[in-house]
Formats: sequence, structure tokens, C-alpha cells
Amino acid sequence: MVKAADEGKMLADIREILDNYPPEERYILAVMQDMQKRFNYLPKAGLKTLAFYVGVPLSRVYAMASFYKAFSLTPKGQYVFRVCDGTACHIKGSKILIEQLYKCLGIRPGETTPDGRFSIETVNCLGACALAPVVVVNDRVYAKVIPGDVEKIIREYGGYAHEGKNED
Amino acid sequence: MKEKMKIESSVNKVMVCCGTGCTANGARQVLAAFMDKLRDNPNFEVVPVLKATGCNGWCEKGPIVKIMPQDISYCHVKAEDVDEIIDRTLLKGEPVKRLLYRDPVKKEFVTSIHQTDFYRKQHKIALRNIGEIDPGSIDDYIERGGYKALKKVLKEMTPDEVIEEILKSGLRGRGGGGFPTGLKWQACKNTPRFPKYIICNGDEGDPGAFMDRSVMEGDPHTIIEGMLICAYVLKAERGFIYVRDEYDLAVKYLRQAILDAREHGFLGENILKSDLRFDIELVRGGGAFVCGEETALIKSIEGYPGEPHDKYVFPTEKGLWGQPTVINNVETWANIPVIILDGAEKFASLGTVGSPGTKVFSLVGKVVNTGLVEVPMGITLREIIYDIGGGVPEGRQFKAVQTGGPSGGCIPASHLDLKVDFDTLTREGSMMGSGGIIVMDDTTCMVEVARYYTNFLAGESCGKCTPCREGIRALVEILTRICKGEGELSDLQLLRDISEVMQEASLCALGRTAPNPVLSTLRFFEDEYIAHIVEKRCPAGVCPALTTFYIDPELCTGCTLCKRNCPVDAIKGEAKKKHEIIEDKCIRCGECYRRCRFKAVKVR
Repeated sequence: MVKAADEGKMLADIREILDNYPPEERYILAVMQDMQKRFNYLPKAGLKTLAFYVGVPLSRVYAMASFYKAFSLTPKGQYVFRVCDGTACHIKGSKILIEQLYKCLGIRPGETTPDGRFSIETVNCLGACALAPVVVVNDRVYAKVIPGDVEKIIREYGGYAHEGKNED
Repeated sequence: MKEKMKIESSVNKVMVCCGTGCTANGARQVLAAFMDKLRDNPNFEVVPVLKATGCNGWCEKGPIVKIMPQDISYCHVKAEDVDEIIDRTLLKGEPVKRLLYRDPVKKEFVTSIHQTDFYRKQHKIALRNIGEIDPGSIDDYIERGGYKALKKVLKEMTPDEVIEEILKSGLRGRGGGGFPTGLKWQACKNTPRFPKYIICNGDEGDPGAFMDRSVMEGDPHTIIEGMLICAYVLKAERGFIYVRDEYDLAVKYLRQAILDAREHGFLGENILKSDLRFDIELVRGGGAFVCGEETALIKSIEGYPGEPHDKYVFPTEKGLWGQPTVINNVETWANIPVIILDGAEKFASLGTVGSPGTKVFSLVGKVVNTGLVEVPMGITLREIIYDIGGGVPEGRQFKAVQTGGPSGGCIPASHLDLKVDFDTLTREGSMMGSGGIIVMDDTTCMVEVARYYTNFLAGESCGKCTPCREGIRALVEILTRICKGEGELSDLQLLRDISEVMQEASLCALGRTAPNPVLSTLRFFEDEYIAHIVEKRCPAGVCPALTTFYIDPELCTGCTLCKRNCPVDAIKGEAKKKHEIIEDKCIRCGECYRRCRFKAVKVR
């Protein structure tokens, strides 16, 4: 996935992030958050460098990366559909939206389309319950989404080959 | 965006609510339009002051724009409306009628949101400044009496007097535990070890709850002031605010507030020329519900996975890095400055004997006025849902209200006159939690709700102790089976048995309270479980495997509303003729069922 030229850039980025924090265990979380924001996932090289920097085994860093929900160990798509599944959104039909997304994109929450364009995630609550159900694509918020809107939203982001085909 | 308009305080103030709800509805564009059109506007002698405030609470009506001092509030404002507001309200002083709130019962226009039913029954302490100030401005906070409590404490009170005052107020932890705050501080003060630490728990993980978010976003300095007062009592020098990383705005404003407080000498060395020395660090959470549990949160700050441990020894003795630590919730901190300034008696005169003061609730779900409300403890659920919340929308029937977050319980219509405080709700098998109130109507399936919460908790159990890890998993399996129509009657007893073990044997409160959603729905809505199991039917029309929708030809008027909104074109029929659902195509989303104004769409 990562090309050689990108790799050099990535290592430089990782070092830049680490430079903001002293090499102490309590900054592991903060460093990983910055990496997640920069790369959209936690690259292996990043975790290794971080473990070395702080002076702990890689397993210790991995334990953190797999425990906290904010982190992903695989790259996420260019457009991340975050479907809020907080209680208010849930009882207003977020489950159906997830189902509709699956029908259009062929992926479930936590998955990414093979071409790396779309990912779906569910989030516990975005705190925007008055707008339920809410879908956030990257930073754009879609409020009071109904099942019929899902396809329209996907189209805004260039649509997808899988679109419209109900394969199951 | 940070650019502030350099102008003297003047007659007119324009306050645009930029809380999360309003922002998602386009408040930033409204703000930008005002900024654009007010700057260098030759029609004004003194240009009105423009402020981006925190959440007003009435997210349903957002974006909300308030004009002071006339106290005119506009709802659902769009950028296109800005010209008219400037023209008519700011220049001519008359309200723009079409943007005012219209009382749905009396059909009258209400000029100020403060006169609406939604606000009238509220009493704001923790939320006192929110919506009134620019959260990015320390001057705004100071102008409204901010940091006065700190000054009072430093000048006039000994640490013991402060504890005495907090004890007298009867303030209990607003994060859900309900532990008396004064006792916590006292226990920590009495532990003769230093350094001591102070933590603000802003890891608001309950789905459907955003009280803390709105305080952190709307009035960050009140948290800092509360922590400073505690620092003075404990002689603590370092504090931490642990905030959910998903709350972008909260992180931004807290960061700003800490910097401003340092610059103004409220944080750092020799605070206000006393020998108090205190600083605060912001820690961003990693998105784990269990980190709201204090021992897990402490682990997380230390740089470990947030796994709770037993509490034979409380954090007040052995907390962060093994040192004595006071950890309070955001809302609790927000109450402290008010108690110090206005006195414990005034605070204790509100609410009930066991639970004095007010509580902030996020009122969401199937209710007309979704939003944030702060009410005196002891108010009834009925008053919150009907008088403030405006009842259930679209003529649906109220079914239950869920309080206390995922580990709370569901309370049925027959118990709506319950007084809301810590002890009453616990007695009814629910809990106060951090203050989420989720209203459910007849289109909500209680079995599915129990499954939803239990499934949520399954993902959040840290996995350390067996009763919680395995118990929740077993509950989810059984509930999923029932929702699919594969349940058996003996499952009900099994659910109860597993729940009992979990309540008895789990290590922390997450596991001990995790069966609450199952037990409370079993207690009040057993008939729905039985309908799923015996009749293979979901009465609310939610569980896809057990639902068939049909249109009652007697009631259908052929208005085509359902047909237009069906995402899969599964409804046939022409305008003004009877409609019909094509069962094979139907995905059971219930859109037609909820939308039909004539209740013609029914669940078999």
C-alpha cells in the first residue's frame, strides 16, 4: 500500500509528532492520537518508533492501540462515513442507515471498500441528538438522515460501482 | 475565524449559538454572514457586538440567534436571514416575526426564548453562562462574575471552611455516582501525602448525553475555577482535564481557556498574589466508555489501557500515580464557584433533601423539544417530558423513558410522576447516571432497546473480570436471538439468572449495572418479550425478522406521503387511491409507518 517515497515522508511525519512530546509513558495515548489524525490509522512503523522512543516493548504500545476505539491498525478510506449509533440516533433508525450503506457500498462498519475510497464506522454518540439520526462524512454533518438519503450522500462523494445493486 | 471585532461595548449584542447542534445546522455560516455584513457597515454609529456562544440547549430550534439587550431570540436562522435581521431588528429595533418561536398550543409568537415553556421551568446553575458568553473569551467570563469565587476563597476562607461549605451544600457527584463532593475532598485532604492531584472527568461516554460537552464548550473557565478552589483546599499543584477526543470544540475551547487563565495569572505560580500554585494539563481520551469509571480514567492518564481496578482503597488515598487524587465530573466542577459565591444555603434550598441543587439533563429521543435542560432535583419525569419537552411528537403514544445511560433502566408511563433524584431512580431499577433522558414512543421496541444497550456495553467491557466479559456476551446472544424470533420462553429466566451473577460478582460498576437495561425492560415490558417469543411478532415494528407492515385500506387517503418516502420503492398506488406495500421489496425501515398522518400503515 505504501510506496517507498511515501515511506520516507511517513517516517519524517512520525518523528515530527514525537518531537512534540517528552519520552514518557503517559504521552503514548496523545502521540497515537496525533498519528491517527495524520495518517488515518496507526502505521506499524509509527508504533515501533513510539515504543522505542518511550522505552517500552512493542506489545505495550499495541495493547493501547487495540484497547482504545479511536485507533485503527489498517488504513481508512478517503471518505469515512461515521454513522452515529447513540441512543437517540438508534431509536430514530440509524440501524437502517447502516443497512442501506451496506447495500450501496457493500461494506459493514469497520470495513473499507477495496479501492480505499469509502469506510464505514459507527460512533457511540456525537452529542448532536437533536439532529438524530446523524451521519458525518469526514467533517461534514448530515442531519435527520432518512434511508432514502443514503444513496444521494454517497453520490456526492463520487458514488460507487457497487451502488444500487442488492447482492444479498 | 478567530478575528474579533474590535469595538467598544455598545447597545446591541448579536449572539449566535455555535454549540454542536447549531453548528451542524449551519450556525457558522450565519456567524460569517453577520461578521461580513456588520463589519464597516456605514449604517451603524456603533457597530453591534457579535458573539459566538456555547450551546443554548434548545438544539431542536437551532441555529439560535439572540439579540440583546432587547432579548429577542430567533430560531432556525439561515445565512440568508441575516440581512433582514440587521435591517429590521438592529437598525429599526423591530422583531422579524417569521423567525420568532411560535408556541404550538397558544399559536402566539414568543419574542424571547426565556419566555417559552422550554426555558421557564429551568433553573440554571451549572449552565448559568452558557449561551450568554463567548467561550473563547476570559473577559466574558470575568464580566459575569467569573473567578470571584476563587478570590473569595483565597482572601476570606480557610481550606476547612471551604470543605464545610461544600458539605453544607449537599452537592453530590454529577457524573452518576452521587457521592458527596465535600466528603471526597475531606478524605483527600486528610490523607497526609503529597503531591496530590485533581482531575476533571470529561469523558462523557453515555450515548444520548451531552451535558458535559456543552459545559466544556460553552463555559470552560468555570471548570478551571472549580478545580482551582479544590487545589487551594488540598494544596495540590497539578490538575488534569480528561476530555473525549471526539469533542473537537471542547478540546479547542479548553485549550484556549487554560492558556488565557495562565496569561491572566489564574494558573501558574503565586495565583492572585497568594502562595497558591496550580496548573492544568489537557488529556484527550481514546474513545473508551469504561474510562468514565474513575480508576480506569486514572490508568488512562498514566498511559495504560483504561482497565478499572477494585476500590478497596479510594482514589482520594491512592489515585493518579499512587497519590491522593480528587476526581470530579465536569458538571460538579461547574457548581463549585456558585456554591462558594452564593452560599451553601441557597444551593441547598433547591432540589430535595437527599439531592440538593439542580441537574442538567439531555432530553432526547421521541420528544418535541430535544435539548439540554437544567432543573431542580425532585422535579417529576412528567414535568420534564411534557411541560419542558413538549411531549411526544407526531401524535404518537409515550411508551417509556430511559435514564442513566447504557446501564440505566427504562421507566414506563405509569411511573411518570416519579421525582427525579439520585435515590428515587435507583430504587426504581434505573439510575441518575450522568443525566441522559431518552424518550421512547410506541415505535420503539423495548427488547431491541435492551439488546442495543447490552450490545453497546459488550463492546465497552474491558474484559478484565469474567462475570462482566462473559455475562454481557451471553445476554447479547440471547437478546439477539429473541429479536430474530428464535427465542424461547426459558430464555427469560436465563436472562434473569445471568444478570444476578453479574450484579453480584463484577469488579466495577460497569459490570454490576450492565444488566439494568435487561432487567428493567423485563420488569415493565415482559409482554413485549413474550410477543417476540410466542407470537413471533414485534409490536413496535422494529425487529425486521418479526415485522410486516401493511396499509389499512379503510384509513388510507392516497396522499402518497409514504410512497414518496419509501427508500426502495416498495409502495404502489396512485394519488388519491389506496396504497399497498410490496412485501418482497420492503426493507422494514418503518419510514412509512412513522410518517403516515392517518395511522393507515400498521404492524401485523
